[in-house]
Amino acid sequence: MTTAHETLERWARTPYKYGFVTDIEAESVPPGLSEDVIRLISGKKDEPPWLTEWRLKAYRHWLTMTEPRWPNLHYPPIDYQAISYYSAPKQGQRPRSLDEVDPRLIETYDRLGIPLEEQKLLAGVAVDAVFDSVSVATTFKEKLAELGIIFCSFSEAVRNHPELVRKWLGSVVPYNDNFFATLNSAVFTDGSFVYVPKGVRCPMELSTYFRINAAATGQFERTLIVADEGSYVSYLEGCTAPMRDENQLHAAVVELVAHADATIKYSTIQNWYPGDEHGRGGIYNFVTKRGKCLGRRAHISWTQVETGSAITWKYPSCLLLGDDSVGEFYSVALTNHRQQADTGTKMVHVGRNTRSNIVSKGISAGRGQNTYRGLVRIGRQATGARNFTQCDSLLIGDQCGAHTFPYIDVGNRTAHLEHEATTSKIGEDQMFYCNQRGLSKEDAVSMIVNGFCKEVLRELPMEFAVEAQKLLEVSLEGSVG
Amino acid sequence: MLEIRNLHVRVDGHEILKGLDLSVHAGEVHSIMGPNGSGKSTLAQVIAGRDLYEVTGGQIVYQGRDLLELAPEERAGAGVFLAFQYPVEIPGVSTSYFLKSALNAVRRQRGESETDAVEFLELVKDKIQALGMDERLLSRALNEGFSGGEKKRNEILQMAVLEPRLAVLDETDSGLDIDALRIVADGVNRLRSADRAFVVVTHYQRLLNYIVPDVVHVLVDGRIVRSGGRELALELEERGYGWLEQEAGATAVGA
Repeated sequence: MTTAHETLERWARTPYKYGFVTDIEAESVPPGLSEDVIRLISGKKDEPPWLTEWRLKAYRHWLTMTEPRWPNLHYPPIDYQAISYYSAPKQGQRPRSLDEVDPRLIETYDRLGIPLEEQKLLAGVAVDAVFDSVSVATTFKEKLAELGIIFCSFSEAVRNHPELVRKWLGSVVPYNDNFFATLNSAVFTDGSFVYVPKGVRCPMELSTYFRINAAATGQFERTLIVADEGSYVSYLEGCTAPMRDENQLHAAVVELVAHADATIKYSTIQNWYPGDEHGRGGIYNFVTKRGKCLGRRAHISWTQVETGSAITWKYPSCLLLGDDSVGEFYSVALTNHRQQADTGTKMVHVGRNTRSNIVSKGISAGRGQNTYRGLVRIGRQATGARNFTQCDSLLIGDQCGAHTFPYIDVGNRTAHLEHEATTSKIGEDQMFYCNQRGLSKEDAVSMIVNGFCKEVLRELPMEFAVEAQKLLEVSLEGSVG
Repeated sequence: MLEIRNLHVRVDGHEILKGLDLSVHAGEVHSIMGPNGSGKSTLAQVIAGRDLYEVTGGQIVYQGRDLLELAPEERAGAGVFLAFQYPVEIPGVSTSYFLKSALNAVRRQRGESETDAVEFLELVKDKIQALGMDERLLSRALNEGFSGGEKKRNEILQMAVLEPRLAVLDETDSGLDIDALRIVADGVNRLRSADRAFVVVTHYQRLLNYIVPDVVHVLVDGRIVRSGGRELALELEERGYGWLEQEAGATAVGA
């Protein structure tokens, strides 16, 4: 008879499904970072001088910065000169339609479960596919354009909508914000751009699928979403990478701007390669995500399911400037084997009657270490601000860890804050109970974990909630004690 | 149906069951009574396959199979059901989802087709009404915030849905008021049939007024020291367990 512990061990050993490498000729810049490399990247993208200058300004500032040491993360020093900052599949001319995209790229996305042919796509989901440093295809663009919605790669936005990019780039996450965001500002390659005009409700989910393929390269994408007054958009990103013994750096920046009465719902299913059970390989995921609720009643909601990466460092945040604006953060972070996550959110209340809601579910298995770090700040003017925070940790086995660092900073006496936190363990009692009712140990664990995450999973767009559930199952395979 | 021979069980190095024999046939209801710490719950948990308990000797044969060789979920599939003394809570998992998953897991093991949502609701509705349970409990997280009585009724509901061959009830009567006790007993009585057996573990005779057993066994210090009919339970109610414990002690010394 296998014990629950053995079953969880086995579960944890299930291989990463997306670890293949696409054999495609790539054009990469040699490893190393300098002003020349930045000019080269900017030149490859035919960028206007102001953007090249912006990058260089960021780079020069970055040289004066040091990597943050405060996170509860342990990793050897990163050699920023050993990374290649640009890699793109060779495909001659920029493809104008899907027919011109290299079939190996289309096949890659097929294997990842993201068909790029529009007729095969999930109804109601438009996809921008980013492969290493470039966007290779964006679907449903024309259909969205009829409504005035811009959904394209970042590079394309720089070419076709420079006034919008120039206005909003760095407006939420400035070029000098933090070590990783500043690095990104200097070397960012591609990503997605979304603009939803006044009063338009985007009729389909927009999504970007990020794929790292090339070895020894970093991925530095940048996403910018601007929702004009009274508009609505739901956006989802997914990510995977091949299995490699070396660690690869991913340092992205996401900026959201919500005007008055606009709603942006941003969901992430992060499944970068997590490394093997001994902690070899895996992505270092250092990401800065922030949204600004500019106008009254603006609403930004972050939902994330973080199961991949060797290291996750991210704090999707909301600046609640407009009166009555709302920020939300729903998170499931799972660490198995030797994975480490230090993740949470910042809710900065500036406007009056602003509200924020934080629900964080951390799951630790194997030797995983999971840290919730969050800040709720109520500014002096934020009369009537409210926050509710709930942080739950679930431990599987006896070699993992859960840590919680909530910071609360209140500058207005009318504020109302609530904080709830729990830590629990999948007990032998729960496992045995499920087994006695006929459920296998694997089914029992996934049922308990999914139950634990329910409040977050139900925030995901329907099409992806099921995928997220499966991902949790796979990511945990082998782990209950 | 169930044949237990010379069963020895340890927990944390202490021997709890010290050569227990029990024979239960299909269609029978056996009651296991005994003082606290005599090993009643241990017996129930060992039959269900809890791995905290180490079986150091003896055997359990169930429908001709060596029960000890089977994992807990395989025992469930083979028709063994345990109504827990302390049912667990599973946050975020609705009672109906849990029950449907359990039913389908058991059906898969038995080579039967799985039930769909509509069929399942039909099946469960009647049973939940018969148990006087609030239908809304089905959409609430399993046992979370349930009263003691609701938890125990939920155990009986699960039993009714899973239709086991051998049902072991571990102190299902504890913490129930008289009305709840009657409802639970009715639920059990409805399931009594010629091809199903019950082992009812209880400390008090009270439950046996409602679930009338065929055989009553008294468990003292890890062994069954006396078996008899219903009247044995009544005698225990009158005289307590002391006299049997003394007798058992004398036997042990004599041996």
